[in-house]
Amino acid sequence: MSKLDLKNVTVIYPPPTKDTEEVHALENIDLTIEGNDFVVALGASGCGKTTLLNVMAGFIQPSGGEVLLDANPIKGPGADRGVVFQQHALLPWLNVIDNASFGLMLQKKNPAERKKIVSKYLKLVGLDEFLNHFPYQLSGGMQQRVGLARALSSDPAIMLMDEPLGALDALTREVMQELVLDIWNETKKMVFFITHSVDEAIFVATRLIVMSPRPGRIIKSYNLDFNLRFFKNRDARQVKSLPEFLAVRQEVLDIIHGDEIRIDQG
Amino acid sequence: MSFTNRLKETSKSYLSKLFGRGPVKPGEAYGAPGVGNSMGISIFTSIALIFLWWLITNMGWIKPLFLPSPEAVIAKFVDIWGEEFSGATLWGHIKASLFRVFGAFFLACITAIPIGIAMGVNRIFRGIFDPPIEFYRPIPPLGYLPLTIIWLGIEDTQKITLIFLAVFAPMALSARAGVRSVTIEQIQMAYSSGATRAQVIWHVILKGAMPEILTGMRIGIGFGWTTLVAAEMVAAEAGIGHMVLSAAEFLVTDVVIMGIIVIGAIAYTFDLFMRFVERKVVPWKGKM
Ligand SMILES: Nc1ncnc2c1ncn2[C@@H]1O[C@H](COP(=O)(O)OP(=O)(O)O)[C@@H](O)[C@H]1O
Ligand SMILES: [Mg+2]
Repeated sequence: MSKLDLKNVTVIYPPPTKDTEEVHALENIDLTIEGNDFVVALGASGCGKTTLLNVMAGFIQPSGGEVLLDANPIKGPGADRGVVFQQHALLPWLNVIDNASFGLMLQKKNPAERKKIVSKYLKLVGLDEFLNHFPYQLSGGMQQRVGLARALSSDPAIMLMDEPLGALDALTREVMQELVLDIWNETKKMVFFITHSVDEAIFVATRLIVMSPRPGRIIKSYNLDFNLRFFKNRDARQVKSLPEFLAVRQEVLDIIHGDEIRIDQG
Repeated sequence: MSFTNRLKETSKSYLSKLFGRGPVKPGEAYGAPGVGNSMGISIFTSIALIFLWWLITNMGWIKPLFLPSPEAVIAKFVDIWGEEFSGATLWGHIKASLFRVFGAFFLACITAIPIGIAMGVNRIFRGIFDPPIEFYRPIPPLGYLPLTIIWLGIEDTQKITLIFLAVFAPMALSARAGVRSVTIEQIQMAYSSGATRAQVIWHVILKGAMPEILTGMRIGIGFGWTTLVAAEMVAAEAGIGHMVLSAAEFLVTDVVIMGIIVIGAIAYTFDLFMRFVERKVVPWKGKM
């Protein structure tokens, strides 16, 4: 079982313009993701969610603190952490199967081997009928499915997803939430998932961290199991209207809202 | 389907349009201005222009010395195809010019594209090549023509160099701009799929820059054609530009016009070919 450890992570960006101050995007973040965790980061825009993911992905080195994957410090991006972006990051000149097996191609695996590995994941995301389509021939939801298959294909220890469903319409989004949960359940991978939808966060998370900006930090953490309840009867709408669900939702909204008021005043 | 049936079908569709039941195209009425097929109009304009040319010359409104008739130009074309004019047959002139333009174009392709890419992905290359390219780029080739003669003489080397310089700058700048058309997400995607820096450049940036590289090639060869006549101005034995210039000296207007048409036709044909290549190589261009 893998484990991702953030210890006292601080990220400071240089001042965006002259005569402004440095941006404390993250301050003293402690977070451990392990086993079968599905960790969701929730917070208003600008509270450092993407920065946190970028640190885990290795796209930026923290100004302070350390990030360890199975006790090894993260020095840069790598195939052991699969990233799914908000806007799909597919390569328009490759078809679905080549996009999904891009990482395997980089590892110099031969086409037959690539196809064998990636077919499994394309089937998992429901794209096995679209192998030869090009990204521009797919809907937004399907493009994100390709992104998921691609991130899965290198068999990473953790999936890092930055608002992967943010650009989708409400109906597609609900379908995709279930898909992400199914993938998680099937592959037993750790997931770090960013969203600013409260309902989505509570529905998919086993652990929900609520973040607050300036400086970016975790102000509240919940252990949840609504996703497990979903697997029992596969009725998302029923789960989302459970009294417990609504209670958590109300509490989280109060925190975020109170936080906003506090910021407006100060 | 028989001809009368087809006729009926067509008139039916016109009729239904007339009565407001034809198919509608989205964006036709309130869409982006300028969409739709313009091929028919272009063909009509071309025919109208040639007809106008035919009319004013055959009616004797303009003297053949200033504008010879289309028939005279065609006759000249046939004449010179077999017979020498100013040192070579027409085919000889064409061959000499094609060699210069495509020689320069080829040399520009193998230098400007790699240098442009290198400028896009590497600070040091950008620092080195930016000042010279940006400095000479706006200078008209006629401006540095004398210098190329002093340095390189009057052989093909000088002519190809002159055309090469005109082609090089737009191609290098397009390739450099192409590098920028790749999104940061695509690059991060590649790195997090385990790519090395070299793999990112090869598999993501280079491919992503292809549309602009091809556009740069089209712009570049265009500059090549415009510089051809300048390159053949001094001491050429053959070449379309040379042919036009020496014909102009003796007021052989039909050869001048014929030469212009030949250059235009070759350039246009090659551009059509490049557009075909674009559709094959980057079918995804502009679609995402
Ligand atoms: N490259 C950067 N340079 C300077 N400031 C940045 C940069 N990226 C993000 N920031 C700032 O850091 C803060 C956190 O940004 P981000 O992590 O993108 O938040 P989120 O993803 O939660 O919206 C914001 O105030 C943002 O303006
Ligand atoms: Mg963000």
